[in-house]
Amino acid sequence: MKLETLTQVNAERAARRPVIVVTDVANGDQRLVKAKDIATDPLGAELSKQLRMGKSGMVESGGKKLFLNVYAPTARLVIVGAVHISQALAPLARSLDYDVTVVDPRTAFASPERFPDVPLIAEWPDVALPPLNIDHYTAFVALTHDPKIDDPALLHAFERDCFYIGALGSRKTHAKRAERLKAQGASDADIASIHAPIGLSIGAVSPSEIAVAIMAEITAELRLPKEGVKQTAKVQAA
Amino acid sequence: MLNRDEDILQAAENWQKAGHGVALATVVETWGSAPRPAGSSLVINDDGTFLGSVSGGCVEGAVVTEALDVIASGKPKMLEFGVADETAWNVGLSCGGTIRVFVEKVGQS
Repeated sequence: MKLETLTQVNAERAARRPVIVVTDVANGDQRLVKAKDIATDPLGAELSKQLRMGKSGMVESGGKKLFLNVYAPTARLVIVGAVHISQALAPLARSLDYDVTVVDPRTAFASPERFPDVPLIAEWPDVALPPLNIDHYTAFVALTHDPKIDDPALLHAFERDCFYIGALGSRKTHAKRAERLKAQGASDADIASIHAPIGLSIGAVSPSEIAVAIMAEITAELRLPKEGVKQTAKVQAA
Repeated sequence: MLNRDEDILQAAENWQKAGHGVALATVVETWGSAPRPAGSSLVINDDGTFLGSVSGGCVEGAVVTEALDVIASGKPKMLEFGVADETAWNVGLSCGGTIRVFVEKVGQS
């Protein structure tokens, strides 16, 4: 690998932008494809599939055996609400290799005793969220049930291109939330981007089970092709 | 604590810039129950220091030896490890899988 290629890979990764290195394993010839150039690349279809799966692997193209090494940023989960569900969700997400951050201005909730080893920010969303540089490789969940905390948090998430946004609450609660958020400038597309009620429909009852439902839904959003996610949603609705 | 890919590739860059000969070994294909997936990498410098893993410990020693050759020759190499190759290699994967590892020099022109 050329030093120049390696330096570029490291720079893209530091900026949390995905990058793929294509290597001809017969002779070591290499080129780097940045995320923004994938669509126009001759190998575009293969590259976007591997990137979506977060998987490196061999492909054959034009009689050449090529290794596609996918460097996707580490997925992050930002949890607003240091609540009971979050206590189950944080370790579960970490076991799935997410970098997890919990935000809750209520210090009685956001305590290290309740969240050992999890980065906690005991601040209001307007202070806590901007420095996190939430991006496309971030899943964002609002779990406090308190509009004073969840609403500003969701308004911030709308601006950050998160791959997943979820919010706790029944359909009724969510309908009220949608009205409040629209009154504060959220678009219909913003509202439609919220997964609510949160989590796949698996009959979850306990906080731990709800955490499983949430991580299952986040995984589906991350890994399934977009039409696949819609199909899953339809099955649920039926 | 496992080294993340970021740390491994950053080490490769730092070592190279510090004047070391450096090689990068990457798992490119796996069959069966291979311990580390394709894309897992190991970086080695010319004094034998390495970071990362391609197999979780089974074949790292052999990869490091080969990598030192690659640093010296500058030519990339494909290595294969697995139960089917016991005659060719004295190391095998205890899990019964097979892996193919691409070893290349960092800084080749």
